[in-house]
Amino acid sequence: MTVIASITPRRGRNVELALLLFAVVIVMFAYVSVGLATKAEIPARALTIGGLFVAITVAFHLVLRWRAPWADPLILPIVTVLNGMGLVMIDRIDIAESRTAVTGWAFKQLLWTGLGIALAVLVILALRDHRLLRRYTYLSGLLGLILLLSPLLPFIGTSVYSARLWITIGSFTVQPGELAKILLTIFFAGYLVQTRDALSVAGRRFLGMQLPRARDLAPILLAWLTSVGVLVFERDLGSSLLFFGLFVAMLYVATERRSWVAIGLGLFLVGAFTAYLLFSHVQVRVTGWLDPFSPAALQVSDQLALGLMGMASGGMMGTGLGLGRPDITYFAHSDFIVPSLGEEIGLIGLFALLILYVLLIERGMRTAIGTRDGFGKLLASGLAFSIALQCFVVVGGVTRVIPLTGLTMPFMSAGGSSLLANWVIVGILLRISDGARRPLIDKIDTPPSGPGLPTASGADIAQGSRDDTEVVRAS
Amino acid sequence: MNAPIRRLAVLVGLLFASLLISTTLIQYVFAGQLNARPDNRRTLLSVYNRDRGPILVGTKEVATSVRTEGEFTYLRRYPEKSAYAHVTGYFSFFGAAGGLELAENSLLAGSSDKLFYRRASDLITGRKPQGATLKLTLNPAAQQAAIAALGTQRGAAVALDPRTGAILAMVSNPTYDPNVLSSHDLTKVDAAYKRLNADSTRPLVNRAIGGNLYPPGSTFKLITAAAALSSGSYAPDSALPGPARMELPQTTVGLSNATGRPCGSTPQVTMAFALQQSCNTPFAYLGMKVGAGAVGAQAAKFGFGDTLSIPMRVTPSRFPADLNQPQLAQSSIGGYDVRVTPLQMALVAGAIGNGGIVMRPYLVESVLGSDLSTIEEASPERLSQAISAQVAAQLTGMMRGAVENGTGRNATIPGIAVAGKTGTARHAEGKAPHAWFVGFAPANNPTIAVAVVVEDGGDAGREAAGGTVAAPIARDIIEAVLKK
Repeated sequence: MTVIASITPRRGRNVELALLLFAVVIVMFAYVSVGLATKAEIPARALTIGGLFVAITVAFHLVLRWRAPWADPLILPIVTVLNGMGLVMIDRIDIAESRTAVTGWAFKQLLWTGLGIALAVLVILALRDHRLLRRYTYLSGLLGLILLLSPLLPFIGTSVYSARLWITIGSFTVQPGELAKILLTIFFAGYLVQTRDALSVAGRRFLGMQLPRARDLAPILLAWLTSVGVLVFERDLGSSLLFFGLFVAMLYVATERRSWVAIGLGLFLVGAFTAYLLFSHVQVRVTGWLDPFSPAALQVSDQLALGLMGMASGGMMGTGLGLGRPDITYFAHSDFIVPSLGEEIGLIGLFALLILYVLLIERGMRTAIGTRDGFGKLLASGLAFSIALQCFVVVGGVTRVIPLTGLTMPFMSAGGSSLLANWVIVGILLRISDGARRPLIDKIDTPPSGPGLPTASGADIAQGSRDDTEVVRAS
Repeated sequence: MNAPIRRLAVLVGLLFASLLISTTLIQYVFAGQLNARPDNRRTLLSVYNRDRGPILVGTKEVATSVRTEGEFTYLRRYPEKSAYAHVTGYFSFFGAAGGLELAENSLLAGSSDKLFYRRASDLITGRKPQGATLKLTLNPAAQQAAIAALGTQRGAAVALDPRTGAILAMVSNPTYDPNVLSSHDLTKVDAAYKRLNADSTRPLVNRAIGGNLYPPGSTFKLITAAAALSSGSYAPDSALPGPARMELPQTTVGLSNATGRPCGSTPQVTMAFALQQSCNTPFAYLGMKVGAGAVGAQAAKFGFGDTLSIPMRVTPSRFPADLNQPQLAQSSIGGYDVRVTPLQMALVAGAIGNGGIVMRPYLVESVLGSDLSTIEEASPERLSQAISAQVAAQLTGMMRGAVENGTGRNATIPGIAVAGKTGTARHAEGKAPHAWFVGFAPANNPTIAVAVVVEDGGDAGREAAGGTVAAPIARDIIEAVLKK
């Protein structure tokens, strides 16, 4: 241990800068090749956009050097590629559907990207220590629940294609579920770090498994009922699955009890099966999932079938950016952006993107392992897992692993709410990772404890010191 | 909390592994199946947006892609209309079908592995792939002569160069206009296809290489004679019994000559004379003497039972197995269950003219890139030595006799020695027979071999015979090639 402790840990900021520039090159290359393929010319704005792109990412990078020098160096470059490729694809579909820069999705998405990056920078500047968030545990929970259920409210709630997951404020439509995702993760983390001891108390044994006490079942049942409510009243399969899965995963991380997973899975199966029996909007999705080419499925929608044929036409190498016909599939720029990419950059390109997601999520998990307080561990792993689960639900839906649901692909699908929320997640993860990777010696020199830290941090410090040995081992 | 976080990370790995599998299944394993779906609009568009290579006969384009306005960029046109329909096939919204459009689809579409280097450079430069050009072996004069001579009669004609196997003419009647099926008006195409497909005369079928096949009739006597001569026990002047009617063993059914009269003025006739007059009884006798094994083996050496691709698939001709004596007697004169394609009979005639060597038949002379550089060139290939050169010479002599003094007189061309054999195949009770002629010219060193069949006697009806109906057609084709 002493040997390892003597090594100076790397901040990795230079690596980050190099990777960022590489990310910009990848995205600009894609942008130019779309221009060459669709209009046989290099887009006139390529240099302006590229310059702006470099300026924004380098600015973000400098903020990290200044305010979070120990932040994970891979997160930002990965997200840059994902968001950039999403933008290129949305622009490409605008071209195919002959929308101009102003009326198209790409311009809006570009604005939302800028706003998202600004928000992430704001999170890093304003949130000097992620533990501050713990103060707002119950406020977050309340706000999250209100946001999650707000589409059901009269006047502002809006149905789009039979799913009621939007609210309209003025001329804006917002998908509040995306923001609720972050707030609820903060709530789950704060709540579970407090109650984990009680929730881990053993009840009776059943089938060789230590069950929790019956009275501790209330939280999971509440989460379950909320998810069922979202499924039934908002007709939103994806969000419902996402929230319940997220809660069960965080419950497991907090308590280290597998019985919670078993109970969660049981509740999920009961809920899913009952919903299937009772609701036609669930049955339709299952029919389409089992055989998207059956007449019964095609009668409802040929979207999934079109997406599958699009991916197949891309094959191993893809048609090349700008050379396929992703616009044949509806929502090629949002829900079906993954099949669009699969069609044009091929199986190889899609693999690369999926692996980037895995790397991003694993960096989040690593941050969770490295961070010293229980709240931070739960928050980081919860946020990372929410991205993972959302990717799985979206890609699994369009590739027939699970029934199709209507979620957005993080960082890629067109949609402002989703993009903002995911950039905020990036901001929080970068902040937590800064604390997690900062060497202890550094911490002693400049103690982060300010006047605003939670008073309950004594327990955290004890927890932290217990995990410190693991940090050294892990790095 | 670190242990469950690690397990959660493993779960993430598993979730994404399932996504890698599902995407692989869709984009690689089942991609072909999904792309081949008839309701796949992407396939349709990519099919119509590709500059498909032309098919050339001489310097004339018989199939070509022309640019059009609208969503579908290219329209497939067949400037010669129905003349080459069965050779080219057609290129329709439901895919390439029939003929070379289907058989060489990957070359015409530009997706063949043979175009690998070209495609690799297209991939880098982003140039749209262009299909290869097919240059055919067909001789336009021979093709036009065959079309004109067949007229409206149902049937088929094939001509080939016996020295190489290059196909010079291939006509199948009735035919169709492939332009109707390649149109971008999909409802019209659909209606036209349904009509053609339901037509009882089956215009979409290339009778020269497929369809229901034909009984060869007396043209098969060439093979029976070849088997007998090859056995060493017989020569062209061997004496054979030639009664008007012979009783067959194990049955009460007899076998008669087509004329109902004895073959010659004497009870015994020579094999050469029997072939010249196309008598049935001597060849039935001969077949039974040399045996089903020898006749069947001889047929196989000429290519019966082989699945050839020219590059369209040729339905194998067949000589039935497990024959009893009466069946063998019938089969020896091309009756019973013997079934052939006209191409196969042209190969038989060609091999006799070519010293016994069967050459592999082919339609594509060369494959050219879009810049007209040669990608592939046909090289004539020997398929088998069906008979010895000596037997070939003996048969040639006998076939010359059939044209000069026998049933094939109508194939005579002044100044050119033609060798041939007629056939009149009775195939169904109450129907006129199929009229056949196979032959080659010039007899001593042939450059063309032909096979012609006219279904149900053609315009001549019940009076039809190979010599009166099919021989003149063969003569016109040979003349078109040899008398330029």
